[in-house]
Amino acid sequence: MQKSVIEIKHLSKSYGTNLILRDVSLSIYPGEFLTLLGPSGCGKTTLLRLIAGFEQTCSGDIYIHGTCVNQLPPQQRDVHTVFQSYALFPHLSVFENVAFALRCKKTPKDEIKARVQEALERVQLAAFGNRLPKQLSGGQQQRVAIARAIINRPKVLLLDESLSALDYRLRKTMQYELKQLQKSLNITFVLVTHDQEEALSMSDRIAVFNHGHIEQIGTPREVYENPSNLYVAKFIGEANIFDVEVEALEDDELCVTVESRPLRCKNTGNHTLGEHLHLVIRPEDIRVWQLDEVTSSDEMIPGTIVDIIYKGSTVDLTVALPTGKIINASEFFDEDDDDLAYTVDEVVWVQWYTGWEVLLPYEN
Amino acid sequence: MSDWIKKIYIGLVYTLLYFPIFVLMLYSFNQAQFSLQWHGFSTHWYHELFQDADLWLAFTHSLFLGTCASFIASFAGLVICIHLFLHSHRPNRTLQSTLLMLIILPDLVLGIALLIFFNLTSIPLGFFSLLIAHITFCLPFAIVAINSRIHNLDINLYYSALDLGATRSRAITHVLLPLLWPAVMSAFLLGFTLSFDDVIISYFVAGPGYNILPLTIYSLVRKGVTPELNALCSITFFLSMLLVVAAHRLSRKTSS
Amino acid sequence: MKTKNLTLYAIYTWLFLFGFIPLCLVFVASFLSRDATHLMTLPFTLAHYKALFSPLLGHVMLRSLMMALITTLACLVIAYPFSYFMARSQHKSLLLLFIIIPFWTSSLVRTYALVAILKFNGILNTLLINMHLITTPLPLLYSNFAVLSGLTYTLFPFMVLPLFSNMEHFDFKLFEAAEDLGANRLTLFFRVFLPNTKRGIVSGSLLVFLPAMTLFYIPNVLGGARSILIGNLIQNQFLVEENWPAGAATSIFLTVLLLLLLLMYRKPRGVKS
Repeated sequence: MQKSVIEIKHLSKSYGTNLILRDVSLSIYPGEFLTLLGPSGCGKTTLLRLIAGFEQTCSGDIYIHGTCVNQLPPQQRDVHTVFQSYALFPHLSVFENVAFALRCKKTPKDEIKARVQEALERVQLAAFGNRLPKQLSGGQQQRVAIARAIINRPKVLLLDESLSALDYRLRKTMQYELKQLQKSLNITFVLVTHDQEEALSMSDRIAVFNHGHIEQIGTPREVYENPSNLYVAKFIGEANIFDVEVEALEDDELCVTVESRPLRCKNTGNHTLGEHLHLVIRPEDIRVWQLDEVTSSDEMIPGTIVDIIYKGSTVDLTVALPTGKIINASEFFDEDDDDLAYTVDEVVWVQWYTGWEVLLPYEN
Repeated sequence: MSDWIKKIYIGLVYTLLYFPIFVLMLYSFNQAQFSLQWHGFSTHWYHELFQDADLWLAFTHSLFLGTCASFIASFAGLVICIHLFLHSHRPNRTLQSTLLMLIILPDLVLGIALLIFFNLTSIPLGFFSLLIAHITFCLPFAIVAINSRIHNLDINLYYSALDLGATRSRAITHVLLPLLWPAVMSAFLLGFTLSFDDVIISYFVAGPGYNILPLTIYSLVRKGVTPELNALCSITFFLSMLLVVAAHRLSRKTSS
Repeated sequence: MKTKNLTLYAIYTWLFLFGFIPLCLVFVASFLSRDATHLMTLPFTLAHYKALFSPLLGHVMLRSLMMALITTLACLVIAYPFSYFMARSQHKSLLLLFIIIPFWTSSLVRTYALVAILKFNGILNTLLINMHLITTPLPLLYSNFAVLSGLTYTLFPFMVLPLFSNMEHFDFKLFEAAEDLGANRLTLFFRVFLPNTKRGIVSGSLLVFLPAMTLFYIPNVLGGARSILIGNLIQNQFLVEENWPAGAATSIFLTVLLLLLLLMYRKPRGVKS
């Protein structure tokens, strides 16, 4: 078991009567890229601020390197924050911004010059030392903010939705650069975001938040392919959800009825007879067969195409099932099927491979 | 067509607004004493003005009073604004309402209120009564002026400084103050102008020992028109105008 | 931050001591009496308030209200188009600066400047005589006309600034949208523009009306003995008659009046939000 660099134990925080975080526990490991993912207002930024020391905990403890830092002010914690607005000091040049932390520690001039230059080179802004923040673009400002925060070689860097102010293209570039930077510095990055695609592409682990509580922590793959509950399944990626009941058990499989059609599923959760479950299937896992392509319609559900959206690399289909339920399917153009020509109101068969579904305990 | 109407109307209003001042300044250079006919250019009255020791004393008194009152008010305003900015998540409603009340309250009522107060507390009317009064009416303006600028600041600038290792006082002096400086200067200049030009409140709380300029002007105005007075008023107006322009430039510097 | 808290409390104490307490004292003083040796003394009496409704004082009150009202209307009529043009101009900041200058500089000096123009052998009369429009000079100074001019002249920027800041926030694209829907110029003004400037009109009117009643030096300098307004009355009661309780009562009356006007200003806002 790896030793954690930050340990959060049963943390709770409220503002007045407003409960922001309830009983949050989390271990953050050295050198990992952890993302705190959740919608606005779910408490992820508050958690970040608590770790940084800008807010006081109501109950629970925060440990950094094994020391309890509850009472420690931000200056003395070995973590640095990159804010959403970057918070670059407008009256100081880029050089002075990056040098700020060193000047606070009264580092000698030559050392400051060398280290600032090194930090700026790392973020590819070596020639920008004399500029003022307002003369920089959004992406450049963010790089200065990062350079400023890493110059002290903190053990942990906290990033609060730092990429949300950038446009799409720039975001993608910065995501890649950030990841590369993290690997080369070997610093723990904790990123707060509401963008699940960002979380999936950058993180080693994702903590999914819901109303001040962590629903699931895991690698992107775990969180996406094995969501622990409906919230996570719906928040990350798209999901089609069926309510089913276990009707029969057979070895490692179980039988359910979906849309009056019998289906078999893998019994990975040791479910019992008669148990109510949610069956979750992702759009990209659904295969939509045209009538002439199908010889046997076992394990298939009939449906009618309601809407077709051509998206370039995929075709997204909205299919209405016999009971009126609408599901979404996403078909890819690939070597098996390079000619996806559907028409609206066409009758099709909907199918997925056994085991590709996720079974979750029933929630009201 | 309507463009011309626009320009003429605006031009007309400005002309009407500045014409009396212009006339005043023009006639301060008039040679004759009582006539309003133009008798030739002369700086005679300005020379008379500079000889008048009493006026000079009043002028320096006003200068000193204005500087002290505005400085104290601006400093107090800065401290209170920073404190509120850093320590509360929402703007302080009671303080805001109190300050607004003070600004809206007619000078007259404040003047007599302070007069009654000084009388009951046996504080003599003189420099200190004036200073107290001037600080009291400059303070709300200073707070409102600085406060409106401080809320344009990103509070994360302060947190960022702390995060990077600055102590609280360093974060305030090295990050917040340089950004607030134009607003504070602007508040100081405007407070000074308010104090320098104040007639109503000073009228009630001034004492015989400490003459200030506006009251001297007031008594001279009631006595009659003299070009010497024209010269004095021209200088006073010009001085105030310079301060206002400077304050305006500074306040625009903060907002941009 | 102990020193910070200390300064904060100092400021609150200052505002309490030199703001709140003196105002309370005025209130208390208005109920006191005066005698030969003391400016203010017991017993408590309502005599001063009763005197406010006497014919003499009542007359002064009414006249003050009238003058203030006329001043406010004059300022409004002149300032409204002016603010509109300013709001749509490209030289907004420059125009604004030249309005701010008179706003902050001594109105006493500016009032004095009016004397030179309005007096018997002043600029205006000289001009009119030279243009052969009149033969004898008009007695413009020491009249209600002079006082009104002085008040309007002084308080004009006070009306412009709230109006301008209100109009600046107006989205002029609404005009295009309304025209697109078929509105003519009159409709544009009365149904689109005017209602949205209500707040500016009310703020400006308050900023003009209140001081119009209390700036005593303008009637003093420009008006005659007949032009006594509330401000002059209070000044008189305090420093000439030395009847402080009476002066206090008049001031309280004035303040209550102003508070009522302010409440009327708040109410429409409350309904909106």
